[in-house]
Amino acid sequence: MTAVLPISAEPAALPQEDIQPGRWRRMPPKAKVGAVLLGLFVLTAIIGPLVTPYDPSYQNPSPDLSLHAPYGAHLLGTTQSGQDVLSQLLVGIRLTLELAFLVGVVATALSVIVGVTAAFLGGAWDELLSLLTNVFLVIPALPLLIVLLGYLQTKGQTATIVVLSVLGWPWGARVIRAQTLAIRNRDFIAAAEETGEKTWRILAFEIVPNEVSLIAASFVNTVLYAIGASVALAFIGVTNLNSWSLGTMLYWAQSQQALQLGAWWWFVPPGLAVALIGAGLVLLNTGIDELGNPRLRDATSASRIAGRWLRPADPTPVLAEVSQRRGRLAGFLHSFSRSSLLDETQRGQH
Amino acid sequence: MPFILRRVGFYLVAAWVALTVNFFIPRAMPGNAVQSIMGKFPNLQPSAYHALEAMLGVGHPGSIWNQYGSYLVDVFHLNFGTDVSQYPASVSTLLGETIPWTLTLVGTATVIAFLVGTALGIVAGWRHGGALDRVLPGLMFLQAIPYFFFALILVELFAAKLHVFPLGQGYAQGLIPGWHWDFISSAVYHSLLPALTIVLTSIAGWMLQMRNVMITTIGEDYVIAAQAKGLPSRRVIFTYAARNALLPQLQGFGLALGFVVSGALVMEIVFSYPGIGLLLLNAVTSNDYPLMQAIFLVITFAVLLANVVVDLIIVFADPRARAREATR
Repeated sequence: MTAVLPISAEPAALPQEDIQPGRWRRMPPKAKVGAVLLGLFVLTAIIGPLVTPYDPSYQNPSPDLSLHAPYGAHLLGTTQSGQDVLSQLLVGIRLTLELAFLVGVVATALSVIVGVTAAFLGGAWDELLSLLTNVFLVIPALPLLIVLLGYLQTKGQTATIVVLSVLGWPWGARVIRAQTLAIRNRDFIAAAEETGEKTWRILAFEIVPNEVSLIAASFVNTVLYAIGASVALAFIGVTNLNSWSLGTMLYWAQSQQALQLGAWWWFVPPGLAVALIGAGLVLLNTGIDELGNPRLRDATSASRIAGRWLRPADPTPVLAEVSQRRGRLAGFLHSFSRSSLLDETQRGQH
Repeated sequence: MPFILRRVGFYLVAAWVALTVNFFIPRAMPGNAVQSIMGKFPNLQPSAYHALEAMLGVGHPGSIWNQYGSYLVDVFHLNFGTDVSQYPASVSTLLGETIPWTLTLVGTATVIAFLVGTALGIVAGWRHGGALDRVLPGLMFLQAIPYFFFALILVELFAAKLHVFPLGQGYAQGLIPGWHWDFISSAVYHSLLPALTIVLTSIAGWMLQMRNVMITTIGEDYVIAAQAKGLPSRRVIFTYAARNALLPQLQGFGLALGFVVSGALVMEIVFSYPGIGLLLLNAVTSNDYPLMQAIFLVITFAVLLANVVVDLIIVFADPRARAREATR
């Protein structure tokens, strides 16, 4: 995409302009903070395990080093058995992020496949796949994950990734199905069908590229789910307890009574890391939402005039953009509103 | 067909899927519960295999369809088999002891969080860009914290350091559960910190969702028209904007319930709260498969029932829900 002027005379150019990830300056502040936060953790995950001061599993036999508060040699203190918390954290961040990223990729791929297939095939297939999606949305995932993993003899990284992915696709599938239904009836799909393009080609080259932003948002959400679920599972003990992840760190801290012993340096760092990664993801997603739906953006101080909150009408070009990229609930509500009709007519014009 | 009947039908299908998945998991997984236990305890003699098999009810006689039939009959009679770790207690008894605790705590706290979060969301959406919007990033941080970790922090601060709340358990030691003041006051006192955990961690989600829908709704023509007519703000906010924004919020509530309940269960472990969460932990640590599966079913059914209630409220609050479903 070539560079476009900030204010384009061509309204159709506006949406693409904002989607470009390279336009850092135009990103909402929330997205920036989220991206920086995540970047720091990804960097830690890459470099961390290479620079650990100690072997995370090494148990220092010295009794002085059991539950030692943070000091020079052990920047985050030690555990009850004299293990270095910082080393565990550095290794744990990689394992947790690695798992979440892989689950994000696999589960998002599944949701794209299910969502696009349901919307494109239509009819009974759509009903069936939608039913399946809604059923797995409403069944609480964590207890099912526990039962599934409980029966596995090897609860390693791979098993967890597979099980989390199998249960992680419904949210994305629902959103992507809705979007595909909207795109399906557009003229360019009809044109592609008329020119005799094969169905898989239409799906892969016409429909999916138009949903990239939605897929990205769904990926971010799935990663968030994977981190939360994997940490919770590890905390309960349904995982390989010999590996160091943020969840297993919390498990050992809890099971060895870190709380009762007052060893805050043991359970605060891994929990804080989970919270910060999660906050980064939430911020990024909210930022993406705001990028597409300017109404959600923080109103600037200019909108407050003489102590009154004013709500200026939306600028016209924004409407076309809003229809393409909005949050799930916003999109759901929007489809029932009158202004969705307006979007359709605007779309039809170009 | 009326909206609510369609929804109940859907929940019945969901319940059947959960039951069926639950039935096939032990049969489809590589190995079975017996082998898993044998693998965990190498000291067990091979002769223990049949004993374990009989105890867990793994080696059922008959075809798979016969097994499926008797399994469904068992579940309808709330017969989930015998517990392994607390043999010979039946699983249903254990569930009956713990469900009231979880239901009271998680139910009350979740409803409070939803109501307060929605109210805050209405204000934040209306006063877009106001003070509440500025604390949003902070609230998002709260939302991203795992429930159990937040619980750990609260316990550290308020129980271990300040001694304002008890460290855990459902009631003070030495009390006999019953309907007398000592026990009830102790139980309420012990549930305050867990309830606070649920409210504080989930409130941000409801608020953010309501705020976003409110902002979108406020942009609608009919709201602008109401304002242009000069209606009082209160009327525009509640009767025009919030009432319509509440529908997706309620639907979101039904869908998010599973997450909230799951998070709350893990949180119970931190407080050693005598609810289903702690029971689940015990089931996991002692390889108690019948108990694990029963807990999965109970939680699923609870969430499905709650969803039916939410749908009833939707029908009550918004006649469009009926009309829209009827025309499909």
